[in-house]
Amino acid sequence: MVSRAVEVTNRLMLRARDAMDRAYAQPLDIPALARIAHVSEAHFTRTFRATFGETPHRYLQRRRVERAMFLLRETDHSITDICFEVGFGSPGTFSRTFSAITGRSPRAYRKETAGLPVPTCFTMAWTRPSD
Amino acid sequence: MFTNITQSQIYVLDQDEALDFYVGKLGLEVAADVQLGFMRWLTVCVPGHPERQILLEKPGPPAMSEETAEQVRELVTKGAMGGWLILHTDDCRKTYQTLLEQGVEFTEEPTERPYGMDCGLRDPFGNRLRFTQPKG
Repeated sequence: MVSRAVEVTNRLMLRARDAMDRAYAQPLDIPALARIAHVSEAHFTRTFRATFGETPHRYLQRRRVERAMFLLRETDHSITDICFEVGFGSPGTFSRTFSAITGRSPRAYRKETAGLPVPTCFTMAWTRPSD
Repeated sequence: MFTNITQSQIYVLDQDEALDFYVGKLGLEVAADVQLGFMRWLTVCVPGHPERQILLEKPGPPAMSEETAEQVRELVTKGAMGGWLILHTDDCRKTYQTLLEQGVEFTEEPTERPYGMDCGLRDPFGNRLRFTQPKG
């Protein structure tokens, strides 16, 4: 039994974060995530941030950018297709967010990671954007 | 040097609830359930395979201070404790369906991977588990 209030809250925030990991390509919004976590919308963003150290919006952006990096490296899908595949609403937002998080554009990232001579699991672990 | 991994451990917040989940839902078997007085030694294994046991340990005093135990419980419920398991199954989709109907909290549906098909779930406390149907 998860007993203390903070543990109950943690567990529910984890459930909402898992939902973002799983359904990143869908148009997740704060009301939907707050429902998963059984808390009011007003509480959700604040509590998530207190639990994991970043806003749910930022977490979802990082998850989507991580997926985009994977698709840029491992597929030949167009950058516009990748933008929608990982759940961004417009190429402009995708490009801006990607650059803000990784420090280069999707196009530049694709170019610099083409044909890296290391196993993909290492690429995945060491290219995960930190912030 | 070594011949086997025989015991490993994950933290659970309540051992009865852990039993209900790991045995009642996942279908593992109790390998040992001994009240030692100072602790309840509770291990589970895949049915028929007691050579590899998982200790379901409850954090708390006197092994650690109540304050530390609180930190451990917070990490477990944040999914950050790091205790996790990967199990093998003969039929990933069927096992997934069975467990889904029992209300198990899945984080990932069965997905084809280079090594086979697998999916992900959480135990009631926040620990991560996967099960894999290996290729071939």
